[in-house]
Order: sequence, then C-alpha cells, then structure tokens
Amino acid sequence: MDPGKSRDSAETARVMQFPNDVLERILSLIDSHRDRSAVSLVSKAWYNAERWTRRHVFIGNCYAVLPQIVARRFPNIRGVMLKGKPRFSDFNMVPPNWGADVHAWLAVFADQYPLLEELRLKRMTVTDESLKFLARKFRNFRALSLVSCDGFSTDGLEAIATDCRHLTELDIQENGIDDISGNWLSCFPENFTSLEVLNFASLSSDVNFDALERLVSQCKSLKILKVNKNITLEQLQRLLVRAPQLTELGTGSFLQELTAHQYVELERAFISCKNLHALSGLWEATTLYLPVLYPACTELTFLNLSYAALQSEELAKLVAHCPHLQRLWVLDTVEDVGLEAVASNCPLLEELRVFPADPYDQDINRGVTESGFLAVSLGCRKLHYVLYFCRQMTNAAVARIVQNCPGFTHFRLCIMKPGQPDYLTNEPMDEGFGAVVKTCTNLRRLGVSGLLTDLTFEYIGRYAKNLETLSVAFAEGSDRGMQCILDGCPKMRKLEIRDSPFGNVALLSGLEKYESMRSLWMSACKVTLSGCKLLARQRPRLNVEVMKDEVDDGQSYKVYVYRTLAGPRTDAPSFVCTL
Amino acid sequence: MGSGGGSYEKDLNLEATELRLGLPGTTSSTAATDQEPEARQARNNKRSLVDRCEEEASEDASRALQKDHDSAPSSKAQIVGWPPIRSYRKNSLQTKKAETETSSSGIYVKVSMDGAPYLRKIDLNVYKGYSNLLKALENMFKFTIGEYSEREGYKGSEFAPTYEDKDGDWMLMGDVPWEMFMTSCKKLRIMRGSEARGLGCAV
Repeated sequence: MDPGKSRDSAETARVMQFPNDVLERILSLIDSHRDRSAVSLVSKAWYNAERWTRRHVFIGNCYAVLPQIVARRFPNIRGVMLKGKPRFSDFNMVPPNWGADVHAWLAVFADQYPLLEELRLKRMTVTDESLKFLARKFRNFRALSLVSCDGFSTDGLEAIATDCRHLTELDIQENGIDDISGNWLSCFPENFTSLEVLNFASLSSDVNFDALERLVSQCKSLKILKVNKNITLEQLQRLLVRAPQLTELGTGSFLQELTAHQYVELERAFISCKNLHALSGLWEATTLYLPVLYPACTELTFLNLSYAALQSEELAKLVAHCPHLQRLWVLDTVEDVGLEAVASNCPLLEELRVFPADPYDQDINRGVTESGFLAVSLGCRKLHYVLYFCRQMTNAAVARIVQNCPGFTHFRLCIMKPGQPDYLTNEPMDEGFGAVVKTCTNLRRLGVSGLLTDLTFEYIGRYAKNLETLSVAFAEGSDRGMQCILDGCPKMRKLEIRDSPFGNVALLSGLEKYESMRSLWMSACKVTLSGCKLLARQRPRLNVEVMKDEVDDGQSYKVYVYRTLAGPRTDAPSFVCTL
Repeated sequence: MGSGGGSYEKDLNLEATELRLGLPGTTSSTAATDQEPEARQARNNKRSLVDRCEEEASEDASRALQKDHDSAPSSKAQIVGWPPIRSYRKNSLQTKKAETETSSSGIYVKVSMDGAPYLRKIDLNVYKGYSNLLKALENMFKFTIGEYSEREGYKGSEFAPTYEDKDGDWMLMGDVPWEMFMTSCKKLRIMRGSEARGLGCAV
C-alpha cells in the first residue's frame, strides 16, 4: 500500500496495524455473527483477532462443516448453536434416523471446548447417551436449549438436572421425545439455586410439585418459567407468589374449579408479577378465569394463545387489556371478529401468527378469512411479521394489506387448500404475491400458497431483492418459475419447494447460485436422478442428497442440496443417497 | 467423479438402484458389501430409481394440470406434511379433538321432577346454555320456570331447577358459569313447593 496515495489508505494501514490486544479488545465487543464474519474477511490480522475473540458460534447446517474444523478455527468458544435437519422435517417429511446426530460434535467439543457453557440445538437428533455425556464432560455447562429435536427421553434430562451444577437454562421445546416420567425435575440437587430459565411446557408427564415449588423458591434469579399442562391453577398460584420477578410465564392448564377465595388469590398473584412481559400456555383457557390475567396484561408484549381455543368475544375482552402488545399468537377459533378486536386494541402489534384449530377438516368453513387479516393491517401499522393460516384469500385483500403495512419482513400466507385460487375472481394468487414483493422492499422471508403460476415467481425474482427464505407448495407453472427466483434473488439462502412442476432445467439453472445459499429442498417436483447427478458432478462443493420415500409410492423423490466443506456425509442412512 | 459422457449415462440405469454411501465411481468395499443385498433386492422387487423418476415426471405433469379441477377426491385425502404444522402442535390438536369427542359422546344426567312418576335422562352437551336447557326441561315436563335473578332465584313459579354437584350438595341452577355447571352436575331435580322456595333465597 503506497502511503503517499491518499490519506484514506494511510489511515487504513494504521488501523490495521493496531496491536493485537487492542484489536482483540475491540472485536470482543462485537456479538452479531454476520458482523463477525464480515470482520474476519478484512485482513489476516483481523481474521486472527476475530477467531481468538469469538465466544459464540452459529452453524446453520451441521453438515456444512466438520466440528474439528470449527474447533481449529475458533479456540475459545463458550456457546454453540447448531441446526440440523431440513425445515420440512418438522412436518414429517423427512424419515426418522435421517441424521443430524449431535454426538460427533460433542465428542470434539469435549476435547477442544471443555469449558463449553451453552448448547442450543434445533432439529437435531440427541440421544440420552449424548445428554449424559454432556452432563459428565462439561463441568462448566450452563444453558441447554433443545427445539424440535428428537432421540432423547426424560432419562437424559435426569442426567442434566443431576450433574450440571451451574445450570442456568433448561429449555425444552416441541421435541419428539419419549416422555417417560417427570422424575427429572426432582433430580436437581437440594441446594440448587442457579436456574434462570426453565421451560418444560411441551413435556406431558407429571412432575413432583413440591420439588418444583422448592426449585422456584430457591432460584431467585428465575426469570422465565414455562410449566406443562399438568400444573393446575392452584399450583400456579403457589409458584407465582414465590417468583414475582418472572418476566416470562407459561401457565399450565387454565381450567379448574376454583373457590372464590382461590380465585382472588390467583388474581393477587398475577398482580404481584410486575415484570411480566410474555405469557403463554393457557391450555383450555375460557372466559371463566381469563380475567385473572387482566392486571398482568398491561405490560405484556408477547401473548401466546395458540393452545387456547378462544372465541372472538373472549379474545376481544382480553386484548382490551393489552395495549402494549407487540407479538400475538392465536388459534383461528377467534375468527375475523376476534382479529378486528386486536386491530382496535393493539396499535403497537408487530407480529401476528394465526394457527388453524382444525387443519385437516376440509369441509368446515370456520376460521379466519381475508377480512381479519385486512382489519389487523388497518389497525396495526407496525405489523411486519405474519404467519396466517386461512381457507380463503383474494388478491385484492393481499394488495391492500401490504399497502397498509409496507414494512413486512416476514410474510407467510398459508391458504390451506392446495392450489386454491382467489375465491372471488377465481384467478391465481399471482397478483397478490406480486403486490407483496413490489411493496415490501424489506421482505426477508416469504411463504406462498394457493394457485400460483410462473408469474408469481417472475415477480419474486424481479422485486424481492432482500429475500432470504422462500417456501413454495403446490404451485403450478414451469421450470421458468424457479429459474426466475434463482436468477433474480441475490440474497436467497434457503429455498424449499414441494409438489411443484420444477424439473431438471430449473434445478440446473441454479448452478451458479447454490454455493451462495445454505440449502435447497425439492420434493415431489419433476426433478430426476440424472438431473441431480449432473448437478453433483458440476459442483463438488455441494452435497446433493436424494431420498427414497418408501411410504409414498407416487411422488417419492426428495432432493436436498447444500453447500459444504465437509464432503459427503459419512453417517447417511440407507435411504439417503449422496450423488 | 466418473468418466463423463454418454457411456456413463447408460451405466447409470443399472447402478442407479444401488444406494451407495459414497460418490459415484468410488468403490469402498465395506459400503458395497453393506449395500449389496439391499440393492439386489431393490433391483428385483422394484423398478429402477431412474425409470421410476422419469415415469413420475410425466405423470406429475398431467397430475399437476388436473390438480386444480380435481377438487373432490384430493380434498378428502390427507396430504403428508400439509398444512405445515409442527408435529407437537398437530399432536396437541389431535388430543384436544379426541378429548372433546369423548366428552361430546354425551354427558347424560338423570332428571327428576317432584310428583312425576318416572325420571328422564338428557345429554347436557346438546344444550348451549341455561336458557336452552331450561326451555327443554319446560317442554319435557310441561311446566314453567320463573324468571332467574341472582338475588332471588327463580321467581314467578312454584318450581325451581336444581342439581346435585360433585360434593353431593343440591345447588340452584344458574349461579355458576355454564361450563362449570356442565362439569360438576351429577343429576338434575326440579323441585316444587316450599322446598323450592327455601333454595331460591340463599346464596
């Protein structure tokens, strides 16, 4: 670098010659993974400083890199987040024993990161042996979060509770596990006090309530407590009085015969929780006891009612007390009227998720429609994240919705009947989604549904310049559609497509693209084995995995393509073929 | 990664059914022996993977065109993984449905009326609320019930609808919310005369 050239390059040279410890001190303040990745590309010195100071590593696809390589690059890791299976495995589209077993990672970590404190896993297979290994080998272990994982049982949790003396977080969410007994909770040592987060809402076995009560009263730093359905209202009251400092609460069952006295006590317990900003659970909640929540609702920012089949009036009464609500999850039993009440009462709403109470019954006509969504878009101008399951939609409504809320970052619309057109005009939903991508320039995630032609994907390719994740199901059209996406969306990272007529030409049009993406999933499309082999041959740094599906005899072809530095999997089961 | 070109493409048709763990062209001996019996069986029992895929490709095209017009049969069949709901949520919906289904198979309770020669039985699930139920009882036993008020019970008739709750106590109908009544009611009794008046004053 010629110092005489400009003042800028001289400045740069000086900055880049910072002594290492200064550079490291500065870089250790950077948390965001993306920022750190950018930092590491500046120069060799910065790359080194960054790798020495990184404390948390996020690996979005556990097969993209080998654990040994991670450990070699980052010697001082304290926390790891790993994601495994493709997202469609959440919907039973990936056979069991597919892989993503965490054990190989734990074995390397036991060697290289003996001081590991945090492990967050999503869609990974975790066995009881792995949990026992974790509890035994990592003396400093603090936080365990398992979301949508499988392979373990409550026996594994016993090992964690027994041996992790400094545990601050145990977060078990929506996993497919063997719930043998609730005994694991009783395995926490007598004098245990460090827990800050405890979430066992999705486990079904009874835990010993006395043990839970003792745990809650001893752990003075407990901030997040989410209990399971078996905890009664009376028990909940006893827990709340011991933990008024809670910021997030997941209740148990909200249906129980309470005496007047018990009711008052429960109400008082909620009043004393002055720091509550998130509420969930509320199984079987009805008008009976929802009012006890009202005092706690004024400061609520997140309300998860997706396990409580509320009617519209019940929701209306509840949200009237939630003026600061930012995130709301509900079941479609609240109907459009319920959503209208949300629109009138929650002007600060940013995120809405409406789940179907009866997703498999095609004959019923209940639930929410386009008018509920429209109403919310009118009343909640800050709305930017929506997941909406409905049975009817129109292009005009979608266009108006995004006109009202142009700031959408996540737009996930699921019209539940595959390939259903605009129910008023009978046209494809092309124009609706076209309006979404034209208007919402910050759109990062899009889920499309209904009757779609190539035009939808032309629009997406042309306008969705910030799109990172796209989910397509039961679309129509041709190879051209998928080509438009691959050619047009520069920031695409995850593309998942099912039951759509995209074939080899479409697949191969992404040759230049796939190495800049995390993954591509295609199932029940028109891709053939020869197309996949061609792709695999042309791009050795991609794993092109083909799955044979024995169950479904018709459309039994699943293709999963992802970039990797680790080469083909060594643990692939017999039904997975890496080309 | 294999000798590109036409001859390799032809080889594909046979080798395609061998599900190997490695890249095409590699011959790891353990992988081969592990897969051999399975692959042989696959070849014998099923069409080759490639043939199947090419056939499906053309089927798929015609199917895709039909999909839109073929509403009746496809709407009844449950499609794997659709709508996209996580297994945990799906399972809890199904248990909820099972629970309501078993309970909606009937909450049958006996109904007796003072002076009537025999009892009746009704399914509480059928009724939407107190007024619905009371009207049905009025029709069933040919009488009229008075106006309900929290303070004075049923005024304007000599009858009072009561029920026995889980604790064995006789309660006046209408004081507690309907859902709570449904879960705690063991049997109904339509009281008349002075006995009825006694109940109506309390609370």
